[in-house]
Amino acid sequence: MSTDTYTPVEDTGFGKKAAGPVGWLDDRLGLAGVAKKNLRKVFPEHWSFMLGEIALWSFVVLLLTGVFLTFWFQPSMSEVVYDGSYAPFRGLEMSQAYASTLHISFDIRGGLLMRQIHHWAAALFVGAMLAHMLRIFFTGAYRKPREINWLIGVGLLALGMVEGFAGYSLPDDLLSGTGLRFVDGLIRSIPLVGSYLEFFIFGGEFPGEEIIPRLYMAHILLIPALLLGLIAAHMLLLVYHKHTQWPGAGRTNDNVVGYPMLPVYAAKAGGFFFVVFGFTALMGALVQINPVWAYGPYNPSEVTAGSQPDWYMGFSEGLVRIMPNWESTFLGHTWSWNVFIPGVGGLGLLFTVLALWPFVERWVTGDQREHHLLERPRNAPTRTGLGVAGMTFYGVGWAAGGNDIIATQFHLSINALTHIFRIGIFLFPVIAFIITRRICIGLQRADQNKILHGYETGVIERSPDGSYAERHAPLPVTEQYRLTAHDRLPALEAPAETDENGVALPHGRVAKVRHRVRSFYYKGAIDKPTLAEVEHADEHLAEIEGHPVHLGEDFQGVSETGIPKSH
Amino acid sequence: MSDEIQSHDSSSTPVRTEPVQDPGLQPHQWRPTDVDPAQERRAERQISGMFTVAALLFVLFAVSYFAIDSDQTFLNWSASNFALGATLGGGLLLIGVGIIQWAKKLMGDHEMVEMRHPARSSAEDREAVMADINAGLQESGVGRRPLIRNSLFLSVGALAVPSVVLLRDLGPLPHGQDETVWKKGMRVVNDVSGLPIRPEEIEVGQLINAEPAVFFPAEGEEEAEVHGHELLAAKSKAAIIVVRMRPEDITPSEGRENWGIDGILCYSKICTHVGCPISLWEQQTHHLLCPCHQSTFDLADNGKVIFGPAHRPLPQLPLGVDSEGYIIAMSDFPEIVAPSYPELARDQKRLDGES
Repeated sequence: MSTDTYTPVEDTGFGKKAAGPVGWLDDRLGLAGVAKKNLRKVFPEHWSFMLGEIALWSFVVLLLTGVFLTFWFQPSMSEVVYDGSYAPFRGLEMSQAYASTLHISFDIRGGLLMRQIHHWAAALFVGAMLAHMLRIFFTGAYRKPREINWLIGVGLLALGMVEGFAGYSLPDDLLSGTGLRFVDGLIRSIPLVGSYLEFFIFGGEFPGEEIIPRLYMAHILLIPALLLGLIAAHMLLLVYHKHTQWPGAGRTNDNVVGYPMLPVYAAKAGGFFFVVFGFTALMGALVQINPVWAYGPYNPSEVTAGSQPDWYMGFSEGLVRIMPNWESTFLGHTWSWNVFIPGVGGLGLLFTVLALWPFVERWVTGDQREHHLLERPRNAPTRTGLGVAGMTFYGVGWAAGGNDIIATQFHLSINALTHIFRIGIFLFPVIAFIITRRICIGLQRADQNKILHGYETGVIERSPDGSYAERHAPLPVTEQYRLTAHDRLPALEAPAETDENGVALPHGRVAKVRHRVRSFYYKGAIDKPTLAEVEHADEHLAEIEGHPVHLGEDFQGVSETGIPKSH
Repeated sequence: MSDEIQSHDSSSTPVRTEPVQDPGLQPHQWRPTDVDPAQERRAERQISGMFTVAALLFVLFAVSYFAIDSDQTFLNWSASNFALGATLGGGLLLIGVGIIQWAKKLMGDHEMVEMRHPARSSAEDREAVMADINAGLQESGVGRRPLIRNSLFLSVGALAVPSVVLLRDLGPLPHGQDETVWKKGMRVVNDVSGLPIRPEEIEVGQLINAEPAVFFPAEGEEEAEVHGHELLAAKSKAAIIVVRMRPEDITPSEGRENWGIDGILCYSKICTHVGCPISLWEQQTHHLLCPCHQSTFDLADNGKVIFGPAHRPLPQLPLGVDSEGYIIAMSDFPEIVAPSYPELARDQKRLDGES
């Protein structure tokens, strides 16, 4: 790697040959201008920045394996008699979609592997998007100027779930047909227009002959095209805004510190594509997913106990399961609240809240600045608490989606479980919020203690009068800076209700509400120490009770056995 | 950087306000591979080893593709799937890990600093764009010619008409949601064998999944009256279950006293919640549980909902016996089967009027 022996690429044999064609391209496209800005673009490093990458690469895996599957899959609901190599089904009537799925699984070499990789990658795609979104949420990375990219992300998540569901429905096996039946019931429950939507979408009465060809079109053309467009926009904005970074020594709101795209980041990200692909391929090789031949062709009069959707639909499924059986009749119409509210409203509420959050938070904090430094979750206790409350809400819904499995596995009453979930979906998020906010504040306090009193070295000293005390030592200055690099809390002044002449201000009421929400948002949060406090602490730490602390340059604390660690 | 709106905390502020000052970027730490040629060579060997093994695995992939029959098994699992997936996945993982190791151990790891710029454009650019927009608007005359402008809006808005009308043939208008293929005199047949059922063949406590006779070929016929995808549509409404309970356990509501035969009752198999076929039968309690969302119906009590998200009771099919002693339906379902829909109340009223 020594640079002194390095030959510039334009002087190598390859470079001399390539310069022509590259020059040819640059004459027409002006590539150098774009490349100059971006080839050595700096990306910061942190493990959590990898989550979005998993989503991106699993999408690429989905495209590759999906193209393979389209070579044989036939999206048709016409009934055929099966004569393939899976003996138990020979002579059975089934749709062409199901028969061709069996064909891919049993007669095309590597077909089952590609199907399983495709399905695992789909589960990973949605999971990685969700994890990535939580990372963005808990670190405040959606704040100005990245709100639009957050909205694109919410759109990607929603589209990804629809895409997954469409794919899940295509094989036309008993499980996927049951899923479609559920969606049919869901569409029917839409007030006033439900029946019309049902007949238009299914091309007649359920199941009809149209739904699988239509879902196929959506699954391989419409939604992937939208996903691709949104992913492109997502990445372009990422490049334009430059990646956020964690605060630390030398890492400020005005710079970005990390490794250049070429070669380090390109290699790491490119290598990671192979890791994601390899991982999903091993999953496809070793862990069975969606064995459609075990379920049989779709038959509207059959179902298996323990029918479960793919994991990302579990939240909706759970809400539908725990909803009370409300249905009412007025205006001459039937209103199926029991299906409509959880089925359509559940995810609708989730995505609406997600989309609005950055704007709500900005209204509450009144913060108009650009933020490129990530915030540690503990330093935004209310946001973190709300996030965990949302996760709990989602988690309770998700667990409720498997209430039958939980009941049979743990020998519990399904009725009792359902009642617990009915209460829990409202109660548990509140408890989670209170506990999380408390934990955050506790962690803030711990940080403050580390700054003002140093860290615990683990060295116990006995004083001349016989008492024991643990020796504290100041943190390295880089660590001290990292713990104090966040914003100071704003002053919370109640807004004036009247102007200087005693006339009521026009927005007095809104300002009052905002002030109240704002006080709630910052309630209990611990501010970082002031300059004076730190200066006082420095003196205090330098000389404890007249005994100067000299731990030496290489003192790094002690191990559990009490032996000082060294380099 | 424009300073009119933005107010960044800048480390160049002369007065120190922050409790701890930014110590600045820390000195670069050398890696073992930077300072020890032995380590460097070792890393090089490791990485190229990974790439070589990956290439080998891909060759093995091709070997297993041609050598392994599709019916061979390995640990009860398709040997072909295992071999193809393990070689492909293993090779890909090795390539990935190798490249990342290369980047981590051997490529330059000097951190670089790039300055950020505010997302907004410069004030001059904004002004220039506004000037361009104004020039364009003025030259087009959009403001001065409201007649043209508004009629253009009208025509483009009216484009919605063909766009919506074109979708009309997506499907027929809703129909037939309140009827099934059941009618007076149609035999109840076993859903697998298609054979008609006599009341004496059913034991107390037994549940039979059944279907209307039209789903199976009549004697001497090749094909059933209802077949293909029409069969699926008809099935998703007409599937039934027949159960026999002790007559003294049953509490029929008014008008339903003669809908059963000696404790044999017949209900729709399609859940009134979202339409799952419902068939988890608790013999001792007479409860029927839907496996999808756990709605529970009491079959001894007119299919009443006793738990879960379903609202309407399970529709009951009145039964009789034909001259040959087989169970038949006495009419179509008097109540609407399958999930609720907006016009259900209206349709049910009409059904009630007809009976």
